[in-house]
Amino acid sequence: MSIKLSLPLKKEDIKKLKAGDSVTLTGELYTARDAAHKRFYEMVLSGEKLPINIKNETIYYVGPAPAKPGSVIGPCGPTSSYRMDKYTPMLLDMGLCAMIGKGERSDEVIDAIKRNGAVYFAAIGGAAALISKSIVKDEYVCFEDLQTESVHKYTVKDFPCIVAIDSFGNDVYK
Amino acid sequence: MRIIKAEDIKNAVKAMFMSLNCNIGDDITNALKKSLANEESDTAKAVLNQLIENNEIAKREQIPLCQDTGMAVLFVEYGDKVTIDGDFSEAIMQGVREAYIDGYLRKSVVDDPVFDRRNTNDNTPAVVHTKIVSGETLRITAASKGFGSENMSKIKMLAPSASVEGVEEFILETVRAAGPNPCPPIVVGVGIGGTFEQAAKLSKMASIRSVDSKNADERYADLEDRLLEKINEMNIGPAGLKGKTTALKVNIEYEPTHIASIPVAVNICCHACRHQSIEM
Repeated sequence: MSIKLSLPLKKEDIKKLKAGDSVTLTGELYTARDAAHKRFYEMVLSGEKLPINIKNETIYYVGPAPAKPGSVIGPCGPTSSYRMDKYTPMLLDMGLCAMIGKGERSDEVIDAIKRNGAVYFAAIGGAAALISKSIVKDEYVCFEDLQTESVHKYTVKDFPCIVAIDSFGNDVYK
Repeated sequence: MRIIKAEDIKNAVKAMFMSLNCNIGDDITNALKKSLANEESDTAKAVLNQLIENNEIAKREQIPLCQDTGMAVLFVEYGDKVTIDGDFSEAIMQGVREAYIDGYLRKSVVDDPVFDRRNTNDNTPAVVHTKIVSGETLRITAASKGFGSENMSKIKMLAPSASVEGVEEFILETVRAAGPNPCPPIVVGVGIGGTFEQAAKLSKMASIRSVDSKNADERYADLEDRLLEKINEMNIGPAGLKGKTTALKVNIEYEPTHIASIPVAVNICCHACRHQSIEM
């Protein structure tokens, strides 16, 4: 049985999650992968305001394929999360509360997850056509020049994930 | 002499990339179904079921099965009695370009790896390996290579004293280090011998050989089986969430090498192991 969660997540709901739990997510989240993370990071370092308020938000690491005419979105499975590790502790310390991706995270990220009571979900890598059925709305947000790597806001309904690293630092991959 | 029109090559390349991104090969589908019957954990079964369902949706709706529609890689065997009417290289690039634009495939190529990293917007250039062979046939194999698994690939130049044990250890170590990242269950392509770059090329060829095939040399075929067994004992499992199916197949290709070396390249491919071939 999956645990049904609403986005934005509440801190008390995050606390109840255990690594290995199956969950479904419903609500709004932001997308960002390598290039957008690099920009976020550089903006923060140079004292600029981020184009999105990430406090209590969820970021999905994804770069979708284009949507066919008449579709909400193209195939959109998770990308490997470790490539975002360099940028993630800073975002967590700024209030980001959940990430969705696939694969392992660094010790620094796990520490930041614990420190901030956050959570890391894994979606199934390569199940992109199936996952696209959980996205009911796609809105462009920023960084248009990054193409598939630009930041979007998705409205998701019953998006299936596994709790990969819980707020206590338990890691399903270990 | 046989004349093949560049336009026909372009159309064949375009058709292959549009098709292979939406229609996974029967060999992979059958291997996933076989693994499902072999798994015990509910999570592993659930993941495999999702992958099978995903690939059915992709086929039914003719949408890519994975959002990473890869970098286009082509292996061309060019018969020396064939003459191309038109520009051969441009025909291949135009085929890729049209497939990725008209087929709603993701454009994932940047023009400069280090400094600019600007998207080329049409997924070109493709990586093209051409081999001149004798005859009147042109054979083209097209593959879309996702980089979640490409990034987990490794190469090492072993000393001859490392022998088969050293070769095995390096392959196992590479798969172990990749862990959940390359979207298991994976196909492990191994290239042994040649030079540094030739081993890497062989490993790519091995990674897109059918998972129903085996090396013609019995010793290498046994090594493929033995490695697969050891990899599936690692308990990485589907999506890295534990289980008995970490790899669907280990494919090895080998070639003669220098007296001083055993080059070994391991090219990992995710379960979306997408390729098609055509003979013209």
